[in-house]
Amino acid sequence: MAFSPEPTYERRSLSNGVCFHMLLQVDGVRKTFGRRAAVDGIGFSLDVGEIVGFLGPNGAGKTTTMRMIAGYLEPDEGVAKIFNIDVARERRRAQERGGYLPEGNPLYGEMTPWTFLRFVAETRGMSREAARHAVRRAAQDARLGETIDQPIETLSKGFRRRVGLAAALLHDPMLLILDEPTDGLDPNQRHAVRELIKRLGEERGLIISTHSLEEVEAVCTRAIVIDRGRIVADKTPDALRDEHGTLERAFTALTRGEERA
Amino acid sequence: MNKRPGLASMAAIYRREVLSYLTTPTAYVFVAVFLFAIGLFTFQIGGFFESRRADLTAFFSFHPWIFMVFLPAVAMRLWAEETRSGALELLLTLPSPTWALVLGKFLAAWTIAGVALMLTMPLWVTVNVLGSPDNAAIFTAYLASLLMAGAYIAIGSAMSALTPAQVVAFVLSVMISFLLTALGLPLVLDFFSDLIGGGMAAGVARFSILHHFDAAQRGVVEFRSVFYFLTLIALCLGFTTLSVDARRGG
Repeated sequence: MAFSPEPTYERRSLSNGVCFHMLLQVDGVRKTFGRRAAVDGIGFSLDVGEIVGFLGPNGAGKTTTMRMIAGYLEPDEGVAKIFNIDVARERRRAQERGGYLPEGNPLYGEMTPWTFLRFVAETRGMSREAARHAVRRAAQDARLGETIDQPIETLSKGFRRRVGLAAALLHDPMLLILDEPTDGLDPNQRHAVRELIKRLGEERGLIISTHSLEEVEAVCTRAIVIDRGRIVADKTPDALRDEHGTLERAFTALTRGEERA
Repeated sequence: MNKRPGLASMAAIYRREVLSYLTTPTAYVFVAVFLFAIGLFTFQIGGFFESRRADLTAFFSFHPWIFMVFLPAVAMRLWAEETRSGALELLLTLPSPTWALVLGKFLAAWTIAGVALMLTMPLWVTVNVLGSPDNAAIFTAYLASLLMAGAYIAIGSAMSALTPAQVVAFVLSVMISFLLTALGLPLVLDFFSDLIGGGMAAGVARFSILHHFDAAQRGVVEFRSVFYFLTLIALCLGFTTLSVDARRGG
C-alpha cells in the first residue's frame, strides 16, 4: 500500500498509538423527504481497520445515510463527524478526509481515467504536480493498468468501477464510503473489487453498502442492518449468523422493507 | 494542497468543461449554426452591402436576437446534464466551494461564446478592406457583445440548475432572455406605456438588455451598461449557486 509523502495529522497521531478522535461518528441523523423519513435516527461509530457492511432492503435509508456522511445531503437532525469534524458545518474540511463512491458510479464517459482522475484531484485543490502523483498512485492501487488512456465509456463495468474507486482513493483518505461497490459486476470483477476493498480496509475505515450477504461474510468485519431508516442490528457477521442460523434468515427476520410493510 | 482551494477547483472545472465542449460535437454545431445565422442576418436582412457603409451596425444589431437562442443552447447542459447523469453527486462531495463550480462552468461556456464571437472577425477585416470604419467603436461593440453574451449564459446557467431536463432549461432561458431583451422594444414599450404610463415604461426599458447594448453598439462605453451586465451576471450566478446548494437540503 502506498502512502502519501506527507502524512496527514490523523495518520501521524495514529502511528504514535494515540487516537484523539473516532474516524467516524454518526449520531441520531434524520432525513425526511416530503413526509417520509428516509433516515430516522441512525447512530454508530467507526474505527480504523473496520469494514462495515450496510445491509437492508431497497429504500431502507442506506444511500441517504451515506450521502449525509459524504456531505452530499445535509441531515435534518443529528450530526455526522469525521475525526470530530461536523460534516454539515465544516463540509469541506470533513470532505477532505473522506473518499466517496456514489451509487451507480457516475463518471464522465468522454474522459479517460487519466484525465478524469486528474480532474478530480485538481478539483480537490491539489497542485498539478501533486495531482499527477496522486493519480499514479490511485491508479496503481485500483489496478487500472492499461485502461488509463482509454475513454471511460469504452471500458467494461468492472474497470469503470475501479475508476470510481480510484477517484475515491485519490487523496488517500482514512475513511472510505462506497455505495454498492460491487453492484452489477460479474463474479470475477466482483472478486477483484472485494480483494481491493479488503486490502484498503487494513489501514482505513470503510463503509460499504451491498445487497449481497455473501459479500458481507467475505469482506466485512461488522454488519449494520438498516430497515425503514433505523438500525435494527449492529454486530459482526458471525454473531448475526449464530443468532439466526444464516445471514439470509437474519436479513428476513430483521427487515420488513417495502414488500411486507 | 493549494493555498486557494476555491480557485484551484474553479480552474479544474473550467478546464474540464472546455474540454468537454471541444470533445463533443455540440459546441461545433452550435458555433457553426451561430456563424451561419449571423451571416444570414447581416447580409440578407441587415443589407450589409446594400447600405454601402463601412461599419458593422447591421452585424451587431442582430447579436441580442441570435444570442438569446444560441447561448441558452450552449448553457443548458451545464447543470442539467450533471443532475441527470448523477455526476453532480460526485462534484458536490468534493471539498470545493459551490461558487467555484458555478464560476468554472460559467466561464467555460462564456469562452465558447467568446470563440464564436472571435470567429466573426473576418467581417471586421472586410469592412477595413472596403472602407475606413471607426475601429475603436467596433472594438467597443465587440466588448459589449461579449459582456451581453455573458449575461445570456448566466441566465442559461441559472435555468440549467433548476431542472434535470436540458430542453426545459433551454425553453425557460430563451423565454427569460427574450423578456429581458425586449423590454426595450417599441412594441413592448408601447404596451407598457398604455398600461402603466410613459414615464414608468421608460423606467422599465432601462432594465432591458437591448437598451444597454444599443448605446455600446454605437461605440459609446457607458459605465452604467457595463455595470448592468456585470450585475445581471452576478445575480444569475448567485442564483445558480443557491439553487445547486439547495440540493444538499434534499
